[in-house]
Amino acid sequence: MKAAPFDYSRPSSIAEAVKTLESAGGDGKVLAGGQSLVPVLAMRLGRPTILVDINRVPGIDTIEKIDDTTVRVGALVRHSMLIEQTHLPLLSEAATWIGHSAIRTRGTTGGSIAHADPSAELPVVATALGAVIHVHGPDGQRTLSVDDLFVGPLETSLDENEIVTAVDFPIPERAGFAEFSRRHGDFGLVTVAVAEVAGTVRIAIGGVGAIPIRPHAAEEILADGPTTDEKIAEAARLAATAITAASDLHASADYRIAMTEEFTLRALNQAIGTKAGVN
Amino acid sequence: MRIELTVNGERAAIDIEPRKTLADALREELGLTGTHLGCEHGVCGACTVLVDGGPVRACLMFAVQADGSSVSTVEGMAADDGTLHPLQRAFCDRHGLQCGFCTPGMLMSALDLLHREVEPTRERIREEMSGNICRCTGYVGIVDAVEEAAAEINRIGREPTHEGAVQEHENTSKGRTSGTQAEVASGPEPSSPGR
Repeated sequence: MKAAPFDYSRPSSIAEAVKTLESAGGDGKVLAGGQSLVPVLAMRLGRPTILVDINRVPGIDTIEKIDDTTVRVGALVRHSMLIEQTHLPLLSEAATWIGHSAIRTRGTTGGSIAHADPSAELPVVATALGAVIHVHGPDGQRTLSVDDLFVGPLETSLDENEIVTAVDFPIPERAGFAEFSRRHGDFGLVTVAVAEVAGTVRIAIGGVGAIPIRPHAAEEILADGPTTDEKIAEAARLAATAITAASDLHASADYRIAMTEEFTLRALNQAIGTKAGVN
Repeated sequence: MRIELTVNGERAAIDIEPRKTLADALREELGLTGTHLGCEHGVCGACTVLVDGGPVRACLMFAVQADGSSVSTVEGMAADDGTLHPLQRAFCDRHGLQCGFCTPGMLMSALDLLHREVEPTRERIREEMSGNICRCTGYVGIVDAVEEAAAEINRIGREPTHEGAVQEHENTSKGRTSGTQAEVASGPEPSSPGR
């Protein structure tokens, strides 16, 4: 349970980090919070020749409201900092569900997004909000929509020499978050985030697909006319049909589908429900 | 790679391979075997220590990443004269341990909780301790112990080995560059800015 030997570099700028990655010819790996990467190395599921530790790169560890509609979160912002910020309550609520205190002290926003675990909270929230990802690579900076980022489990569209430097989260008018896990701190069996951004309701469901799932049929029925309890219930039913659930040690496929409906319902009621005090 | 860090108030400089974790450095280089390694992939919580005042899984951080940091381990909890920290005392009194393997991690997680919250409810204690796995005692005694220690610390004042209120302690601990044993036991050490 020890990582295989690797070279260690501690760049002082993103440009230097990108250069180091490039020179590794695909065998380098960015180390941020390390809460997912270090276990991978310990179990030798990955053997990078060099780790590029970006923890001491200045200027990418802040949370900033850049205008009335957007919060910019630096790649090195720890989950514990997300909990404390007040610009975006959805982000704060979701971050309380990530692992345990000791994980949240180290784990980072950029790392969680780049790691692209479909069960992780931040990819789900980013998907519901339609976040914009800032990336630095050999050709300079670029941004891309979260809708173009996730490709599969632990797989993104980023080039191997690109580094996530910040995530812009739109501030929603209304939002809801509901997660179901067997034990506190576990990855969710089902994680649902709902956000209304510029009048449009987006739903993202984590833990039940290769990437966070957008149930488009459910979103469409909510876009049409006034919101009623019947419509919310129907949207939750449609959301459950959008997933392809599998059975494993933790839950059967039927149970996952039922929980997807239930937790989508809860998140929708929180976000756009008509009943006062519904959770 | 050569790194320097402060452990329980004492400066240490070591040469270490980048692939060695902070837990390896504490145990093998510094002889501080109180920090236990269970799963070595961040699940069991046995290796929990405080780095710059925050709880960290010492198996999920490479030692080279702790260069320049201040680390608190279970060895720093008791007072210099050997008087147990109220948490250690309460774990003994309330049957918070049996084999003791998970105890150092339990103590450090509980210490972090009591640094942040003065009077945590049993529910909060359970929530915060959920990152630490015990395979023999069960958790009731552990929750009892943390609850009792919180009450005891509130009774004797926030700084167990000295007189002083919470506020006072927070003020005095800021701006210091290293912690004494009493400080490790009683409050977060100053974190390095900009990290």
